[in-house]
Amino acid sequence: MSFVQNVPCFSILAAMFAAIITSAVKGKAARRISIGISAAIGVATAFLLAFLMGTGESYVYVMGHFPAPWGNELRFGMLEAAMALLFCVIMLLALWGGMEEARGDLEEEKANFYYIMADLMLASNLALVYTNDLFTAYVFVEISTIAACGLILGKFNDLTIAAGVRYMIMSLMGSGLLLLGISFFYDMTGHLLMSNMKESILFLWQTGEYRVPLILTIGLVSVGLAIKSALWPFHSWLPNAYGHATVSSSAMLSSIVSKGYIFLLLKIIYRVTGADIFAGSHVIDILLVFGIIGMILGSLDAVRQKNLRKMIAYSSVAQIGYIFMGMGLGTAAGTGAGIYHIFAHAAAKSLVFVAAFGLIKASAGNPDISGLRGAGFRNKVAGVGFVAGSLSMVGIPGFAGFVSKLMFAEASLEDAAYAIPVLAALAISTVLNAIYFMRVVLILYTPLSEEEKAAGQKEQTMGNPWQFKAAIAGGVALNLFLGICTAPVMGVVQKGLEIFG
Amino acid sequence: MGSNLTSNFIEIVAVILFGIGFTDLFLHKNLIKKIIGLNIMDTAVYLFLAVKGYISGLKAPIIVDGVQNADAYINPVPSGLVLTGIVVSVSVTALMLALTICLYYRYHTLDLDKISLKVREKEE
Repeated sequence: MSFVQNVPCFSILAAMFAAIITSAVKGKAARRISIGISAAIGVATAFLLAFLMGTGESYVYVMGHFPAPWGNELRFGMLEAAMALLFCVIMLLALWGGMEEARGDLEEEKANFYYIMADLMLASNLALVYTNDLFTAYVFVEISTIAACGLILGKFNDLTIAAGVRYMIMSLMGSGLLLLGISFFYDMTGHLLMSNMKESILFLWQTGEYRVPLILTIGLVSVGLAIKSALWPFHSWLPNAYGHATVSSSAMLSSIVSKGYIFLLLKIIYRVTGADIFAGSHVIDILLVFGIIGMILGSLDAVRQKNLRKMIAYSSVAQIGYIFMGMGLGTAAGTGAGIYHIFAHAAAKSLVFVAAFGLIKASAGNPDISGLRGAGFRNKVAGVGFVAGSLSMVGIPGFAGFVSKLMFAEASLEDAAYAIPVLAALAISTVLNAIYFMRVVLILYTPLSEEEKAAGQKEQTMGNPWQFKAAIAGGVALNLFLGICTAPVMGVVQKGLEIFG
Repeated sequence: MGSNLTSNFIEIVAVILFGIGFTDLFLHKNLIKKIIGLNIMDTAVYLFLAVKGYISGLKAPIIVDGVQNADAYINPVPSGLVLTGIVVSVSVTALMLALTICLYYRYHTLDLDKISLKVREKEE
């Protein structure tokens, strides 16, 4: 066994220990620990990914001293390592990009609590990515929920408390359904490890026993995780939570937390029920339909928003719809496209959130889109970041979003029944994306009129701390990398998916 | 079908309780009642797990009088899951109650609809 295979276990533990140490130090040191630990885990995970790409296999890591049917396990292949690497990179970019706003938003003596929550959020999402045990997954889902609530409440005011309560209520409904679903799975199969469950479920499916409870359970788990990852129509908690929290939180919530739940659902589809049984249940059609409706209605809601950050938040609803639509197609190509979109959306959305903060700051803190006129000249770095993120979200060739949209279109062509609705939804949603993102970009690069200048609005450019510049540069680079170097990433996704189940 | 209903009586009660709790959490306007619903919902799942793990006539899985035969005891795993679940739901409930207090101090109501209205006013 190679030493690098210890990385999954160590990275979860390291993030947890970082959270514990963080509770004892002051705000600035806490931030450094958070950034340092996510960078360290990211580097280690990159080595793990390189190792796994070399061997092309997936490995089981036994936790504790009990072997397979009883003990607890981690399991990792290329896909898991790639997802963990993505989480670390996004966490780093989000913490850097939001650092300046966090200084103003977090109370001085309580700042370290925020970084405890960030570390715990990373630890729980890494655990969700790596674990092979369904009940462990449930426990980490709850830790992730609590940590995410803490992240929303980092900036403590009337609006974030209301948003946090709403988030908790919806999220707890989701966890309740998930827990009941897991209990049913355990009841039917007698196992908690995913691989053992799959054998039992295959057997049950072949004999035709427990057919209805099995489909019902798949439904419970899917709906539970869909609520938690804000699939339309369960997205009502999302706009306020993303719109009012401090910018690091918005970026982390949209790019890590909701993606962690989607990855868990993928894992349940492939590793617990098996892709064929899942595709054979009608639950998959529900995901497809809700995904398609979400793609369009989320974008329509985004067009209507006046507040820039809420517009970006509603755009998340649409993008989550894309991912579920890909999973709902029920083919390996569709799921692969969905996973690619997880990467693309995480890269683009965190960049857009961070850049939007810079633009709002350059417009005297006014988050209204109409007040952003000329902000692209005042804060050039943020302007470039926002344009790159928007192009990626809209799906311009060369950026990450284009690749996944192309793959969705290709995947939909495999089945004639799905091709027309999916292609139509893709087209409508892309046009709407272009409308609301390009509208903002046009406003950003419209110079101020003479009257406005006379009214005292400033036009000088403003400086940014190096961390903000690094976050924007990293985000743009990540989007370009996912948009141009498609083949290696796609290889990881496809091969990873083959050995995933 | 009928015999299933009687032999799985407690499981059915658990699922009905889950439904009651879930509806409470989903539809009630009052935050405290929502939290009560959350607790009913979680407890229903623990009831379900506990019933599933119990084999009538067998003892709790603690070795007594040197009997080491596994057939003498019930399955300890569901009990372990219930304990873990209780820890999770206690912490979630504590967090929700703390948030409710903060919310009440700032909005002077526990009615979520009224809070949403006030939030909308504040945004404008």
